[in-house]
Amino acid sequence: MTGLQLTTGAPGARILGFGSYRPRRRVTNHELAETMDTNDEWIQARVGIAERRWAGPDESLLEMSAAAGGKALAASGLDASEVDLVLLASASLPRPIPGLAPEIAHRLGAQRPGAFDLNAGCAGWCYALSAAADAIRSGSARNALVIGGERLTDYTDLTDRSTAVIFADGAGAAVLGPSDTPAVGPVVWGSDGDQSSAIAIPEGEKAMSMAGQAVYRWATTRLTATLLTAMERAGVGPEDIDVFAPHQANLRIIELMAKRLGLPERTVIARDVVRSGNTSSASVPLALSALLESGEARSGDLALILGYGAGLTFAGQVVVLP
Amino acid sequence: MSEDIQTGLAEILEEVAGVAPADATPEKSFTEDLDVDSLSMVEIATAVEDKFGVAIPDDELANIKTVGDAMSYIQKNKA
Repeated sequence: MTGLQLTTGAPGARILGFGSYRPRRRVTNHELAETMDTNDEWIQARVGIAERRWAGPDESLLEMSAAAGGKALAASGLDASEVDLVLLASASLPRPIPGLAPEIAHRLGAQRPGAFDLNAGCAGWCYALSAAADAIRSGSARNALVIGGERLTDYTDLTDRSTAVIFADGAGAAVLGPSDTPAVGPVVWGSDGDQSSAIAIPEGEKAMSMAGQAVYRWATTRLTATLLTAMERAGVGPEDIDVFAPHQANLRIIELMAKRLGLPERTVIARDVVRSGNTSSASVPLALSALLESGEARSGDLALILGYGAGLTFAGQVVVLP
Repeated sequence: MSEDIQTGLAEILEEVAGVAPADATPEKSFTEDLDVDSLSMVEIATAVEDKFGVAIPDDELANIKTVGDAMSYIQKNKA
């Protein structure tokens, strides 16, 4: 009987660069207050968002994802031809067929890489990051491009104040390569499918609805253990974490998660939600990009990241920032 | 017994939602009188669960409208 062999990959994977794309149109709370029964004070108090970006007709999911991917490539110093795996994490594809990753890869000039889309709700980018890191470690890929892109406004009733003030559009991306030492920690991922209807487009409808209180409760109580385990598996403790970047769902969730973790005072907490809204799979790479651009996060910093949301799904890991 | 519950609950309300202890009286409605929104109710429920050893499922939480409702719930369900 013939046995199989495996490829040898790399001891670890490392993020080499980030890129982002934010739609041009900025929508403030004041603008929303003109068309629906809400106001700036209520929105800021309840979700912590001051403004968000809505994609226009020329800012398709393909365009935004490719733009973010292109910038990540530039930041990484790699040429597109060196990328052999392209992943798009998204919950807001315009149509099921075909998946978008192959076209994104082609647009960027990658040479027939492995390419697939991944829908894991707002945990999508962290799921995809883990898949890419594992591929590099096992030898299935050498360099990977991991994009989180969303046009959530395509699936949001923009007259419904419970969702229109929250969901938004954008894309963030990272390029990964092989590393002699691990720079992407082991993922802690899971799901709570018993609450699959908590964030969903109901049967026969076109727009999302969300059981806000139930999701808030889940996020602020069930995920502390995930974050602690992610640190433990990476061999670090809260005192080692320089940056905390959970999915930017709602500022109150972020603050409460940070408080429950006992992170040191010096840890930089991502609050990109304030100006970006909730961009599902795009939110973690957008938040990390923003912190690096502003200098609040620096090359070599240890970041604890966590995606969580529709599914319900969650995935967290510790990563070294490029 | 119910004095411990009222005091303990008042502490939680002050910490989570900045409610002055003197305002945490049984007839007060969380949303109408104390300006506590539904997300803060979740934080209060979690703190109550930890402090008093009770479980407050989502559907029970929906029925807790006043400080008195919370006190009765804790009294009835605590270990």
